[in-house]
Amino acid sequence: MDAKNSERVSGSEALLRALIREGVDTVFGYPGGAIMPVYDALMDHTDEINHILVRHEQGATHAAEGYARASGKPGVCMVTGGPGATNTLTGIADAMLDSTPIVVIAGQIANELIGTDAFQEVDFTCVTQPISKWSYQISSPDEISRVVARAFFVATSGRPGPVVLTITKNAQTGMTCYRPEKVTYIRSYDDDPEIDITRIREAAAAINAAKRPFVLAGQGIELGGAQDEFRKFVEKGELPFGCTLLGLSVMPTAHPLNKGMLGMHGNYCNNVKTNECDVLIAVGMRFDDRVTGNLATYARQAKVIHLDIDPSEIGKNVPADIPVLGNCRKSLAMLTERLVHMDRSEWIDSFGKYQEEEYRRVIDRELHPSEGPLNMGEVVSAVSSAAGDNAILVTDVGQNQMMAARYFRFGQKRSIITSGGMGTMGFAIPAGIGAAFARPDRTICVFMGDGGLQMTVQEFGTIMEHQVPVKMILLNNSYLGNVRQWQQLFYNRRYAFTHLENPDFQVLSSAYGIPSRRVIERSGLKDAVEEMLSTDGPFFLEVCVAEEGNVMPMTPPGHPIDNMLMEC
Amino acid sequence: MMEDNTLYTIIVHSENISGILNQVAAVFTRLQVNIESLNVSASSMKNVHKFTITCKTSARNMDKILKQINKKMDVINASCYTDEEIFQSEIAMFKISTDEFKNSEDTSRLLRGYNTHIVEVTPEFLVVELAGSGDAIDSLYRELDNIGCVRQFVRSGKVAVTSSPLEKVSELLAKREARYGNRK
Repeated sequence: MDAKNSERVSGSEALLRALIREGVDTVFGYPGGAIMPVYDALMDHTDEINHILVRHEQGATHAAEGYARASGKPGVCMVTGGPGATNTLTGIADAMLDSTPIVVIAGQIANELIGTDAFQEVDFTCVTQPISKWSYQISSPDEISRVVARAFFVATSGRPGPVVLTITKNAQTGMTCYRPEKVTYIRSYDDDPEIDITRIREAAAAINAAKRPFVLAGQGIELGGAQDEFRKFVEKGELPFGCTLLGLSVMPTAHPLNKGMLGMHGNYCNNVKTNECDVLIAVGMRFDDRVTGNLATYARQAKVIHLDIDPSEIGKNVPADIPVLGNCRKSLAMLTERLVHMDRSEWIDSFGKYQEEEYRRVIDRELHPSEGPLNMGEVVSAVSSAAGDNAILVTDVGQNQMMAARYFRFGQKRSIITSGGMGTMGFAIPAGIGAAFARPDRTICVFMGDGGLQMTVQEFGTIMEHQVPVKMILLNNSYLGNVRQWQQLFYNRRYAFTHLENPDFQVLSSAYGIPSRRVIERSGLKDAVEEMLSTDGPFFLEVCVAEEGNVMPMTPPGHPIDNMLMEC
Repeated sequence: MMEDNTLYTIIVHSENISGILNQVAAVFTRLQVNIESLNVSASSMKNVHKFTITCKTSARNMDKILKQINKKMDVINASCYTDEEIFQSEIAMFKISTDEFKNSEDTSRLLRGYNTHIVEVTPEFLVVELAGSGDAIDSLYRELDNIGCVRQFVRSGKVAVTSSPLEKVSELLAKREARYGNRK
């Protein structure tokens, strides 16, 4: 052990050394009273840790999420106690539902004040336990090395997720003998379940015997780093597949077996074929209700094979005839080995009819209108075409999200960052910031609506300060568009409080020194997109789109998944 | 919607850390399932705590409850058992008014009949203890309550050990150690 690592240091110093040891080079944070000793120590480590000062703690968590999703490394954020800590709750819950590895470090008042309702006291460990993978309060500097190592192990192993460390003032200011530690396993936690070879054999036999197999590709493939294994699996078996929202970039959009998105606003062929297939193979996905629609009519005819690393997902929503517990990187490879190549061209071709119908009734109209205001889909398509394969798509939540998911084209893995499970409005701008720090080599295209933008607009300040090169595209329809669409379809067009009286967003972005353009006419779109992509640093592109544009097709909530509306 | 309502006995083994009870209990809260009884104590394994929990719920909810408890980072294992798979016992204490005890032959007959154990006798009250099945405790309480002599009543909640010759938790820990112990 080198001398530096055995000297007595403050808990704050120990914390920073432990973070650096875990490979942390970027921290999104916001200082405050209960975390000041750590921030003070951080001043001595600015060459090793790049601290990004956000403008609201929620932004720090989403930025950490964006960083994690783009890089595959855990995202880290640091906040003070009390309100600083509670402001991170939305991001923690978001990371929990989307299996995003982040570590949230929150300050806490001094040990002797805990339990006295002292200034900014919140029992943050207790509050975050139900919405995090692990939450722990550090009360002594001697715990820091071990607990930080454990936190990173927990966040990134098995099914990843958010970890919350609350650190009391005493732990930050007390002295300790820092010794680096490493956690490689926790006896109460099966992070890499052993794959049952019998199940692999059963699953391979079922797939080999299948006439009409269909694969559901989920984010587990990205999280498990199993993109290559997945490609070999579907190509060897000639297995057509659809992707969940978070799984959209596991394979290139253009791959012939990739049939697009699943679910409520997914591609029609996928939802029809889900209810026609004889074997349904779910990989690293969790049968969310937005994917399945009415469970009572979901894939009842199919033998279901479910590959997942989390035992609590297997059989939760859809009973698995053949559960394959384990890391899909391993299980897919084991399955592929046992697949026999089959000619399934007739089955694959049968998707075409439904793709054509969707193209004719929905896609062509969305992308190639001859007149009228701009459509959301054509804006997404224009940006995607111009940005190319190197782009990462970040979305907010709502119509902008669904349109982006439907019409953005992916060429590389880890290219979609969106709030899937929580549906957190305001996610896009901070998540885009995080993605830009993680992948400066890629173009970060951040789509948002006029509602979500205003939920975290303060992060324009972060973008300004660091000149974060995010390409922000506002699809402005002056409505909370997704809710309005539901009001139109299911509430008799009673638009209860969904119209937004908006500020001049260009004036707003100019206040932050962010270059911008506003597009109203179709003829101006291409040039504006080019200008955005050729401008160094951040850019804000406002596109005024049809006020009452709808995301189609759509399976009404609670309906059979293949019961899709093509127009309304 | 009323689903089937079976009484389940769940045995949880966890690390002995503060806040773990809260995390286990929160799983029941999330599903709005009432805990009928809960007992937590040290187990035969060092630093491992054992919970015996009973609740009434549907098989579907029970499956979710077990999986969610197992998912907690410091829970080693949670399993549920039918009555045939466990030996179970419970202890109850009754504080009974001495006057009423003296004036009622039924009371003393009941205490003898149920094989209760006298813990303390004072001029004002006596404390008796009954260890056995939950049904026996229910029944004695009902009968004493009918007489009107019970001043205080408390029961420990069910405790259980499995009837299987296999020690599942020790084996699980050994298996994990073998699988992960050599990781670098």
